[in-house]
Amino acid sequence: MSTHQPAAAPARVADSADEHRLQRIREAAQRIRANALVQAEVQGQGYIGQALDIADVLAVLYADQLRLRPDDPTWEGRDRCLLSIGHYALALYAALAEAGVIPREELTTYATDGSRLPMSAMASYTPGVEISGGSLGHGLTIANGVALGLKRKSNDAFVYNILSDGELNEGSTWEAAAVAAHHGLDNLIAIVDFNNQQADGKSSEMLGMEPIGAKFEAFGWVTRRVDGNNVAEVLPALEELRSVEDPAPRCLVVNTKLGKGVDFLEQREKLHFMQVAPEEWKLAHDQLKEQA
Amino acid sequence: MSTVNQSPKRLTSDAMSASLARADQRVTAAPLGHALVALAEQDERVLGLSADLAKYTDLHILRDALPERFYQIGMAEQALLGAAAGLAMEGFIPFASTYSVFATRRAYDFLCLDIAEANLNVNMVCALPGLTTGYGPSHQATEDIAILRGMPNLTIVDPADAVDIEQAVPQLAAHDGPTYMRVLRGKVPRVLDEYDYTFELGKAKLIRGGGEVLLISTGLMTERALEAAAALEEAGVDTAVLHVPTLKPLDEETIRRELGRDRLVLTCENHTIIGGLFDAIAHMLVRDGTVRRITPVGLPDEFLDAGALPTLADRYGVSTDKLVERVLGLRRSQDA
Ligand SMILES: Cc1ncc(C[n+]2csc(CCOP(=O)(O)OP(=O)(O)O)c2C)c(N)n1
Ligand SMILES: [Mg+2]
Repeated sequence: MSTHQPAAAPARVADSADEHRLQRIREAAQRIRANALVQAEVQGQGYIGQALDIADVLAVLYADQLRLRPDDPTWEGRDRCLLSIGHYALALYAALAEAGVIPREELTTYATDGSRLPMSAMASYTPGVEISGGSLGHGLTIANGVALGLKRKSNDAFVYNILSDGELNEGSTWEAAAVAAHHGLDNLIAIVDFNNQQADGKSSEMLGMEPIGAKFEAFGWVTRRVDGNNVAEVLPALEELRSVEDPAPRCLVVNTKLGKGVDFLEQREKLHFMQVAPEEWKLAHDQLKEQA
Repeated sequence: MSTVNQSPKRLTSDAMSASLARADQRVTAAPLGHALVALAEQDERVLGLSADLAKYTDLHILRDALPERFYQIGMAEQALLGAAAGLAMEGFIPFASTYSVFATRRAYDFLCLDIAEANLNVNMVCALPGLTTGYGPSHQATEDIAILRGMPNLTIVDPADAVDIEQAVPQLAAHDGPTYMRVLRGKVPRVLDEYDYTFELGKAKLIRGGGEVLLISTGLMTERALEAAAALEEAGVDTAVLHVPTLKPLDEETIRRELGRDRLVLTCENHTIIGGLFDAIAHMLVRDGTVRRITPVGLPDEFLDAGALPTLADRYGVSTDKLVERVLGLRRSQDA
C-alpha cells in the first residue's frame, strides 16, 4: 500500500451470498494460475511471475465483472478489456480459457510455431484479445478511442485497460490520461498492475512514479488503490468504480506480488523474466491444488 | 539461452534474452557492453543511457562496471533520446540503448530534430534488428533502416558480429555526428576475425573473392552469406562476399567496383527489401545510368509472423540454406 495516500476502505462484502461470490472468484483465480503454469511450462520459462500476480484481478474481471459472451468474442454488447502489456499474454489466455472463450487444451500451444497464442498478445491471432500490446504505452490511448466510440454509439459497455507500472514511464500514458479526463470518459476503467517490477529491476529504482493514485487524481480521474491479490478488496473496488456518478475516467491501482500463489516463486529473486527449473512446475501445480 | 531449440518438442518463440549464436560457434559475450567499458575508461565524456533495457542491450555491463557513467531513464524512449541530445549539447558522448523498434518508431521525432538536425554526437545502440526475435511485429525492427535512411546527418551501421561491434564502438564515438547501430546482444558470434578484416566506418569490405556469384551483404546476413559461399564452393560455385556494415553513407566506390565484374549478384539484408541495402544500391545504379539485375534477399513487405527464429528464417528465405537454394535456383534459370 502506498505511504502517500490512504488506502481506499473496501466496501464490506458481508452476507453469505457475497461470500459465495468471492469464493467462486477465488477458485477461478486458482484455475487461471494453473492455466498460466501449463503455458509457461511449454516454454520452460517466461512471464509466469506476472501471470501469477495478476490472476486475482483477471478472475474478478473474467469470472464476475465483465459482460461477455464466450462463444461470441466480438459481440457488440461486450465490455472491452484491453491488455496493453503484450507480454502478460499467458495471463490473458489463462483467463480467456477460464471464461470459455478459448479451449483449455489449446494452452499447451502457447508461443509455439503456428499457435493462435503468441508470446506477445496480438488481436489478429487470438479470439478475445482486443489489441496488440507488445509496444508498451499504447493501451490507454486506444482505450480512449474505444470509450469515445461506445458513447457515440450509445453503447453502455465499459472499457477496461490493464496496464503495467512500467507503462507509467511512457509519456503516451499521461497524454492519454489527460485526454480521458478532458473528455469525461466515465465508461473507462484503467487498472494499473503495481508489481514494482520492470525489465531492468524494481520499478521504484527505474523511474519513481509514486504517488501513482495522486497523479491520476490530479489528472482528473476517480482513483482507488487496493491489494490486487485480495479479491475481497478488488471486487468491491471495481464495482464501485463502475457505479460512481462522477463524469470522469476511473483508475484502480492494484498492488500485486510477482509469483503470487507459489511460495518459492514469491520468494525468488524478482526478475522480469523468471527462471523456473524443470522439476518445479509440478511443485507449483501441487501447491495450487493444496490451496484449493 | 539458445534460440536454436534442438529439443524434439515443438519449436517455441525465443526468449527475451536469447542470443543468436549456435552452440558450436565461437562467441563473445556482450561485445557492445565490454567495448563501451573500455572506451569509457579512456574517455570520460562517454556515457551510457538506457530506457529500461540495459540488461537486454548489453549496457548492463557498463552500468555494473562504471555505475557513475550510466543513467537509467526508465521506459521512456522519447525522454531517452531527448536527454541524450542534452548531454551531447553539454559536450558528453552518450550511447543510448533501447530496442530498434522503439528508437525508430516511438522516438523518431526526438532523434530527427533534437539529435540529427543539431548534428550532435549521440550514438543510438539498438537491439533486436530485423528478424532477431520471434515476438512478432511489436519487437521486430524490419523497417528501421528504411525509416532512418531518409534522415540527414545520420550514420547507420549494421554490424555482422562481435568483431564489427567491438571495432565500431570507438569509431562511432570519434565520429562527429549522430550514429545508429543495430546491436547483436548476448553471446554474439565471432566470424570476421577469421578473415583479413577490420571495421572502418563508412567502408565496405570484400571479405571473400569469387568469380561467379557476388553476395553483397550487411549485418548478420554477412555471416550467412559467408556460410552460403562456403557451401556453394563445395557445389562448385565460386562466390564472393562484400560486407557493407555502414549503410549510410554508402561506400559507393567499392560497391561500384565490385559490380563492375560480370557476376550473378544478390543483396542480403536482415531487413525488409524496401528501403535498405538493396534500395540504396539500386538508387546508386540508376543514378549512374547502369542497368543491372540484382536479386534482393531480405524480409518480405509484410508484418512477420510470431514464432521460432529458425522456422521464420526459413519461411522468409533468409536462412543460410535458403540463400544457397536461391543462388542455385538463379543459376539454373540463367542456364536455361
Ligand atoms: C515501448 C516499449 N519500450 C520497451 C519495451 C521493452 N520492455 C518489455 S517489458 C518491459 C518492462 C516494462 O515494465 P512492466 O511492464 O511493469 O514489466 P513487468 O512488471 O512485466 O516486469 C520493457 C522495458 C517495450 N515492450 N515497449
Ligand atoms: Mg511491472
